[in-house]
Amino acid sequence: MSSLFEEIRERPGGDVPTRRVTITVNGEPRTADIEPRLLLAHLLRQGLKLTGTHTGCDTTNCGACTVLFDGKPVKSCTMLAVQADGHEVTTVEGLAGSSELHPIQEGFKDEHGLQCGFCTPGMMLTAKALLEENPNPTEDEIRWALSGNLCRCTGYQNIVKSVLWAAKKMQSAG
Amino acid sequence: MYPSRFRYEAPRSIDEAVALLQEGGGEAKVLAGGQSLIPLLKLRFASPELLVDINGVPGLDYHKVDPDGTIHIGALCRHADLERSTILPARQPTMAAAAPLVADPIVRNRGTLVGSLCHADPQGDWASVVTALAGYVVAQGSKGRRKIPMAQFVTGPFQNALGYDEIAVEAVIPAPKGIAAGGYLKLERRVGDFATAGVAVAVEMSGGVVSRAGIGLTGVGGSTISATDAAQALVGAPLAPDRINHAAELAAAAAQPRSDHRGSAEYKRHIVRTFVQRILTRVAQPNGRAA
Repeated sequence: MSSLFEEIRERPGGDVPTRRVTITVNGEPRTADIEPRLLLAHLLRQGLKLTGTHTGCDTTNCGACTVLFDGKPVKSCTMLAVQADGHEVTTVEGLAGSSELHPIQEGFKDEHGLQCGFCTPGMMLTAKALLEENPNPTEDEIRWALSGNLCRCTGYQNIVKSVLWAAKKMQSAG
Repeated sequence: MYPSRFRYEAPRSIDEAVALLQEGGGEAKVLAGGQSLIPLLKLRFASPELLVDINGVPGLDYHKVDPDGTIHIGALCRHADLERSTILPARQPTMAAAAPLVADPIVRNRGTLVGSLCHADPQGDWASVVTALAGYVVAQGSKGRRKIPMAQFVTGPFQNALGYDEIAVEAVIPAPKGIAAGGYLKLERRVGDFATAGVAVAVEMSGGVVSRAGIGLTGVGGSTISATDAAQALVGAPLAPDRINHAAELAAAAAQPRSDHRGSAEYKRHIVRTFVQRILTRVAQPNGRAA
C-alpha cells in the first residue's frame, strides 16, 4: 500500500531508508513501509486514509490528533509512526460498531457536544480512556481528563454533559 | 510540520543505546517520551543525524522506594505513572503535588520525568522539584555510570551536563533525614501552557524544626533557579510566620523574571513570594505535610 505522506515521499535517488512496521489499527493489523520521521498522525491520515484524526495546532497543544495508543490517549502529532510498530492504535473510526454508534458518540449527538466538530474525535477518545479507568466520573474529573483537548466552539459545557450522558448509558448497559 | 531526515534505531538495552550514541559522535539524540523532542524536531530546532529511541529498553519504566526512603525514577517512568503513584503521596509530597501539574493529561501519558530534566527547559516543572529535593541524575556512558547532582546537571537553558555518549538512566531523590514535607504550585494561563511561574518547596522536619530545605523556581529565569538563601533561612527553626515570610521575600529576590505576555516581572516575583508563603503555611498546619 502507498503509505507515505506526499511531501515525504520524494526520495532522492531512492536511497532513503524505510522501515516496515505493523500496527494494529482499530483491531486490524496494518503494514506499511515508512520513513522513520513520519509522524503517527500523518501515517493515519495520509497513509491509511483515516482522516477522522485531525491535526490542529501541530504543536502538542490542542489534542485534536488524540488517538489511543495501547489504550491510553496520546497526541499522534507528537509520536513517530515507527514507534507504534507492534502496538495498538484506536482512532475515532474505531469507536462505532458496524451498525450503531458508540455511547460516547451518542452522547455527543444527544447533548450537542460539538459545533464545528474539529476537536470531537480527540475529545471522544480521551473520554473513552477516562470512562474505562473511571466509569462514573464527576463533572470535575471529566474537566480534568479533557483539559489537554481544546475546543474553540462550545465552551466545554456540552462536551462535559456528553461524557456524563455516555457514562450513564454505559453504566446502565452494564 | 515534520522532522528532517534522521537514522532511527530502537536498541533493546542501555549498552546497545550507549554504543549507538558513541557511533553518533555528538550528532545523536535520545528519544524517550518525545513530548519536547518531537516538537523540536518538527520545528527543525533540532536536526540530529541519529535518533536513539529507548522506549524498547525493558525495565526503565519504574519508580520505586528503597527501605531507607531513597526514591528512584527510571528513564521511562511517565508523568502519568507519577500522577497515579501509590508511593509518592505518603513519601514525597513535593513530587506528588507536581505530577498532576505537568503539561496536560495526554502529554503526561508519554512524557517522562528524566526526559524533562534532560530537556532543561527553564519552564520545566521537574527540574525545580528535583532541585528542591537535592536529587541527582544517574548517567550511563561508555565509561560506566556516574551521579550528577541536579545543581550541576542543568548547565543552561536547554543544556545539560551529559556527555555525548551518556544516557540519563534514572533520577534519584535521596532519603529524607526528617519527615518529608512540601509542595509545588504553578500558575499557568491554561492547562498545558508554559508556567507563568512555579515554585517547588521541599522541607524535612525533625522534632518540629526544619532540618533541611530546598526551593526551586520554574519559569522565572534563564534556567531553573535554586533559591538557596531562602531555603537556608528556614533551617534550624520551626515554620513560624515570620520565618516563612522572610524565606518568601528571599525567594522572590532570587527570581530573575522577565516581563512578557504572561505577566510583568514584578507580578511574577509576587507569585513566587505568594507561592512560597502558601506552601509553607500549609505545611506548618497540623498534619499539613503536603501543599
